[in-house]
This record gives sequence, C-alpha cells and structure tokens, in this order.
Amino acid sequence: MEMKRKERIDRGLKVRTEGIYAISSFKEIAYLIGPRLLLIGGVMLLPLIFEVAPYWKRVVNYMCVYAILAIAFDFLANYVGLVCLGGALFVGVGGYLTAIFNTYLSLPFYLSIPFATVSGACICTVIILPCLPLRGVYFAIVTLMYPILFSRIIEAFNIFGGTNGISGIDSFPNQYLEQYLIIIVMLVVLFGMRRFVNEDVGLVLRGIKDNDQSVRASGINVTHMKCMAVFIASLMGCFAGAYISHLYMFAGLSLFALDFSIIPIAAVVMGGGGTLVGAVIGCFILVPLSEVLRDFGSFRIVIYSVTLTGFIVFKSEGIMVYLQRKYHQFERWAKI
Amino acid sequence: MEILIYGITNSIILSLMSLGFALVYSISRVPNFAHGALYITSGYIVWLLINKAGLPYLPSVLLGLAAASLIGALMYRFIIMRIRGMEISEIIGTYAIGLAMIEGLRWGGLRGMTYTLPAFVSGSTEIGGVSIDYQRIIIIITGILIFILLFLFTRYNRIGLALRGIAQDERAAMMLGIDSDMTAIISLAIGSGLAGLAAVLLLPLGNIVVEQGYNVLIFAVAVCVIGGLGSWGGTIVASFIIGFAQILTEKYISSHFVMVVALLAIVVTLLIKPSGIFGKQKQLEERV
Repeated sequence: MEMKRKERIDRGLKVRTEGIYAISSFKEIAYLIGPRLLLIGGVMLLPLIFEVAPYWKRVVNYMCVYAILAIAFDFLANYVGLVCLGGALFVGVGGYLTAIFNTYLSLPFYLSIPFATVSGACICTVIILPCLPLRGVYFAIVTLMYPILFSRIIEAFNIFGGTNGISGIDSFPNQYLEQYLIIIVMLVVLFGMRRFVNEDVGLVLRGIKDNDQSVRASGINVTHMKCMAVFIASLMGCFAGAYISHLYMFAGLSLFALDFSIIPIAAVVMGGGGTLVGAVIGCFILVPLSEVLRDFGSFRIVIYSVTLTGFIVFKSEGIMVYLQRKYHQFERWAKI
Repeated sequence: MEILIYGITNSIILSLMSLGFALVYSISRVPNFAHGALYITSGYIVWLLINKAGLPYLPSVLLGLAAASLIGALMYRFIIMRIRGMEISEIIGTYAIGLAMIEGLRWGGLRGMTYTLPAFVSGSTEIGGVSIDYQRIIIIITGILIFILLFLFTRYNRIGLALRGIAQDERAAMMLGIDSDMTAIISLAIGSGLAGLAAVLLLPLGNIVVEQGYNVLIFAVAVCVIGGLGSWGGTIVASFIIGFAQILTEKYISSHFVMVVALLAIVVTLLIKPSGIFGKQKQLEERV
C-alpha cells in the first residue's frame, strides 16, 4: 500500500510578507493587516451593534475586562513562566483601592482609576515579590491562596466595610465613555504587549522562563526582571479591578471571587497560550457563553471547567494557534 | 486540658483531610487539586446510598469509598495520564475537574443544611473534665489506625513497596518492572479512598456543604506545603502544628481567624523554607 503523510507548507504570500515585499502590493498589505484590522474594527463596532440590545452592551464591558486579565495571565504564564492562579488578587486590590480613593478621598474617577492602577500594581508587586524565587506548583499555590487570604482578612478584621463592601462609588458620566474606555485600553494592552514581548526585554523574559540560570549567568538580575513582569501584569489586573468597581459602583469581597481567576485561565487555554490574541478570543467566546448560561447558576462554572479540561487534554494548542496555522500554511498529502 | 484534647482532635482531622493529597503527590507527583471535590462527592454518594437507596450504614460507607477510589482511578486513566509531567497542565486540569465536581453538586441541589451524615456512634463522654463526643474519639482512633496501616502497607506489601519504589526513583523502579502508570492509578485510587474515608468520618460533625470542598483543599494544601510536599512524616507534624495553632487562635483571638492562620502558614512557609519542614527538594529521599 502506498503510504502518505500530511505535510504543511507556508503559503507564498506569508513568505513574501516576511520581508520588504510586504509593501509590494495591496494583497500583501491586506494579508498582513487584515486580521488585525478585523479585530480592532470588530471590537470598536461592538457597542454600536449592541445599540439594539442594551443588556449585551454590559457584556461587552465584561468581555474586555476579562480579556485584559487573560492577557496578563498569558503574559505571566507563557512569557515569564510564572503561573499566577490568583488573578483575583489584582482585581481585588485595584477595585478596593479605587473605592477608597473615590469614596474616602472623593477623587473623581479619572484620577482614582489611574491612581488605583499604579498604587495597586505596586502593592501587588510587593506582595508577590517574596514568592518570586518559587517555581511551578509552589508559585501557583501561593498565588491561588492570596485572594482567599485577602478576602478572609477583610472579613475577619471587618475593614473596608467588611462583608458589606464599599458602595456609593461614582459611575462613569456616560455610557460611551464607559465602553470605549475599556475597549481602547484592552486594544492598547493587547498590541502593546505583543510589541513588548518581541522587544529585547521580552527575549530576556522568555529566557527566564526556559532557563533562569543561564540568564543569571549573563549578568542579568532575574528577580528584577520578574518583578518588572509582575508589575506590568498587575497594572493590567488592577486597572481591570478599578474599572469593575466603577462599573458596579461597588467594591466588595466579590472582587476576590474565583471568577476573576478561573475565566481568564480558561480563556487562555482555550484561545491558545502564548499568543496573547488567543486570550482575547477565548474571552470573547467564554464570557458571552456564560451570559447565555446565567440562568443555570453555578452550572456555568461546570461548563467552564469541563471545556478547560477538554482543551487541556485534547487540544492543548488552542484556537488561535490552530487558526494561525490555517492562515499561514496549507496542507497536502505527500508520498513517503 | 481543653486545648490539648481539642488540639489533638483538630490535628487528626487535618491530617485525615490531607493524607490523601500527600499520598498522591508523594507517589505520582500529581498535585491532585480535585481532592476537596472528591471529599465532598464521596460524602454525597454515601448520603445518597443511605437516604435514597435505603442501604444500612456500613455497606453504604464501603460502597461510597469504593466509588471514590473508582472516580480517582478513572480520573487518572482518562484525564491526568494524558497531561502527566506537564506541571501547569496538571494543576489547571485537576483544579478544573474539582471545580466541575463541586459546582456540579451545587447546581444539582446540594445546598443548605438538609444533608447530614449520621454519626458512627452518637453520644458523648468526658475526658478530664472536657466533654467530647464519641465521633471525635472514633476519628482519633481511626486516624491513628490509618497511619499504622499505611505504614505497614508501604513496608510489608508488594504493591506498597512498588509505590515506594516509584516515589523514590521512577526510572529505576520502571527498570525493575514496576508500571509507573499502574502505580499512579493505584495511588490516586488510594488517595481518593482516603478522601472518602475522611469525608465519612468528618462530615457527621457538620453538614454536607459544597464550601467544605474548597476548605478541605485549602487545609490539605496548607498541611502538605508546611510539612514539605511529598513528605509523609512532615504531613503529620504539620497537621499537629496547624491544628494546635488553630485551636489557640480560636480560643484566644477569634474564630474568624482560623482560616487566616492556615493561609498565612502556607505563605510564610513558602517564603521562608519553600521545601517545607521535612521536604528536601531535588534530593533523593524517601517520600512515602
């Protein structure tokens, strides 16, 4: 019997657009910026499309919030090698800080959000700093415990409103600002991070992931680099938390909830780890899905978890990697 | 005296909760984050068998334990085996399975205070002026018995020796014809069975609530991390440390802080001595 195997070959178009020929014709240019424009344009249009269904406009906000968290997780896990299972820590710290700035110090939202983002990121980095030498399971366990620890401490000491939380936070002055703020930040974060990980710094970070001893041998301070990475990721997470506080007009223990940790992870696994865009796409699938399933209550989490397990076990490359392969390459049967 | 008795009970309870987790990790190096879920699920299965199927107490407990072991073994065979060795996937995968089980139970109607398991023997007695119910005494006795049994099992039994072999040096053990996957299946079955046993013993003290699943996982992880992941004696020592620490906090500070103590203990241990009290990372050591 004649044996055949599938082989994958890069499309000619892809090979051309890697070099200077990328600008040789509109076809090449379209091939390069098409998918990017599709994403940007699509996301920017979402609030306008959902004029017809106002309820879903809120879902768009959640999608973008979770997308930011997912990008942060993806960046930490796949570019720095720190698996942070406690995304809720960032959200909680950012959310509570903005609540404190806004209600206790009565700063307007355009000051409280940036302040909360930066100061929250500093706090998170300081909290995570001592566990940076840990690796793998150990780091995951500590970060998993932090959000739970924080919510228990707030509960036990009865600070910041205790179990009642802080209410009466300002909302955004109008809906378009509310929506485009998070959408634009999400896009900036996405493309910014894509650029960042391909800079020299990104290379060093990936080096730390693969072999931190050799990075240290090159005279680079590993802890310093990891610290910076955590700071960047917590900037994103704290912004998401601060935004959510203003969106709900409330900051409570729910900010430390499991949702903020598990959905971004599920989205990253589903979308494809290490692509950053995959995290966004995963969120755009999972969050609307969870809205549809809202009636089922905790069954949502069951569905997430089952999807997550399924993707981890059977399709660990994720959607985005698959799509990229289809976009850049074609397959054919070849004789052996 | 009060502190001593409650401390000992609490410590034995903690070590029962974490024994399964420690066993699985020490043998197969799989951090079984579905441990809490297995705990609560087996409690629920026993409840179902007693109240819905109308079986007497002892057979339903045995069936419940068997079911828990089976779930553990199947979980390994069909899910964990495919992602074995990829630490991050293992954590996320087992955690997701556990979440699915716990939240599935919650969705399936396991809510409120209606679900309780009967105590083995009800009633209470007094030791040194402190009243203690029979269930807690049984917990202490069974706990100690299990330690002894597991100790004997891993020293004087073919399978137990195989488990220890794999735990010490997987490659050498495989060369001697010990199947790595088979021992991992056995370890997960035993670990899940231990989770089930803990559930049967401990759940009569309260209600079957799904939140227990998360708490058990946290306690198990806390105890194992402090004792040193994979170290066995460490698990027992650590459960005594946390057990007494919790009772002392409850007595002198406030019962709100019981969970905070466990969580802080994890964080502090990992920061000061990541390998735990007895763990020696990256060194060939006896783990079972």
